[in-house]
Amino acid sequence: MLDALNDPHRIVITGVGLAAPNGNDLSEFRQSLLGGRSGVVNFETRYIGKVLAGVCNFDEFRYQKRKERRRGTRAGSISIYCANEAVRDSGLDWDNVRRDRVGVYLGITEHGNVETENEIYEISQFDYDTTCWSHHHNPRTVANNPAGEVTLNLRITGPHLTLGAACAAGNAGFIQAAQMLRLNEVDIAVAGGVSESIHTFGIFASFASQGALAVHDDPTKACRPFDADRCGIVVAEGGAICTLERLPDALARNASIYGEIVGHAMNSDASDFVLPNASRQVECMRLALARADMQPEDMDIVSSHATATEQGDIEESRALQAVFAEHPDVAVNNTKSFIGHAMGAAGALEMLGNVPAFEDGIAHATINLDHPDPCCAFPQLVANEPRPLERAECILNNSFGMLGINSVLIVRKFPAEHGGLYA
Amino acid sequence: MAPPDIRQVVLDILERIAPDEDLSDLDDSSPFREQMELDSMDFLDIVMELRKQYRIQIPEDEYEQLISMDSTVNYLIPKLADTPAAV
Repeated sequence: MLDALNDPHRIVITGVGLAAPNGNDLSEFRQSLLGGRSGVVNFETRYIGKVLAGVCNFDEFRYQKRKERRRGTRAGSISIYCANEAVRDSGLDWDNVRRDRVGVYLGITEHGNVETENEIYEISQFDYDTTCWSHHHNPRTVANNPAGEVTLNLRITGPHLTLGAACAAGNAGFIQAAQMLRLNEVDIAVAGGVSESIHTFGIFASFASQGALAVHDDPTKACRPFDADRCGIVVAEGGAICTLERLPDALARNASIYGEIVGHAMNSDASDFVLPNASRQVECMRLALARADMQPEDMDIVSSHATATEQGDIEESRALQAVFAEHPDVAVNNTKSFIGHAMGAAGALEMLGNVPAFEDGIAHATINLDHPDPCCAFPQLVANEPRPLERAECILNNSFGMLGINSVLIVRKFPAEHGGLYA
Repeated sequence: MAPPDIRQVVLDILERIAPDEDLSDLDDSSPFREQMELDSMDFLDIVMELRKQYRIQIPEDEYEQLISMDSTVNYLIPKLADTPAAV
């Protein structure tokens, strides 16, 4: 019964839009991941000067007027681009879609820092005269801003929310959307995660003060998860948004289905503000597997969260070993090694970059793994070069964040004979 | 600053606020809002830009003076009399 095609609790991905530092759509992004092309570059930030960052170069004005961009935020602009791309890709007859039955659910790590820093800098130029503080500050910094800008742009009148979930947020957007579809609150969900974080100096300064900000002469070599020569986090911007639908609805309109969300879980470490906790990560992965009614050996790709901090890499390695040690065929990879840490977008980008493996049967690599840290060494890690897989039907995606928030998403290939995009 | 210079100041502000609009045919005697998309938040941008650029504080009960280009320029003439035009 679980596998029945008329089961409205089955949730599928029917459209994809993304902006990554190394690709402005899924095809470009996938080619970069398979080709080892980094998106990390030198970047100037206020007060600090030169830092390293994953910087996107999508066309902000493809779907947005200049005035709308001026009124809004970078996170809103990224969201609008990705949401429009996803809707267009979905093949939905958008003009005839009931917009009151569409919901927007976007994961964010933080929001508002960029605009607040901008305004403080601005009034500093006027001797801190607060009458020069912009009236746009509040609409730009309310926590729902990125999702709200999508509703304004696409004339969506259903619910919209951002999910504040630190760096577990990308998965959280998908999970919230799946739940709202199952509750029949909406018929179509526009969901994923976004990040504008490279435009706030504070995130760089805070990681630097924590001793966790990457510094490297070669930007493309800077992000080195699981490597003994790791040097910390590279902050990135980006977004990844999907259209999600209940399976019977998707089948009824002959949608092309990228994959099915078959399992998910979120939990909390309850142990530290910043340090991760392998035991809770294990519990989160096992809960997602149990909900999917699957075993570790059913997974073909595990998209790791590792950010290239010593504690984070080692804790996740311990967690992965605990769940997958007996399953040598699973491929563990890491997207941050290419683009840095896209914060609220990370989980969504990292999942979607792996989804085309359903067709090409390849696990993209973890690059910059020149000297694997013995504390993180496990044979399943796909080091430096892509790995062809015997089977590519299931992806488990880890995303973990500060305050001990963990999220795991499992996406399964959908059979081509029933509408699956990938043969 | 002479009236033509003040007009240019206001026009520059409008072009920044409404970057998608063609203002070359702006009728100076007609209200801005009849000729371009200009909501209350945009209007406040005019007030804010004048405050930032020229330290002009415009009381709320005088906002109606900024209804058209002609009325705006006339309102600003005494306030910008001693301000040199940008070169």
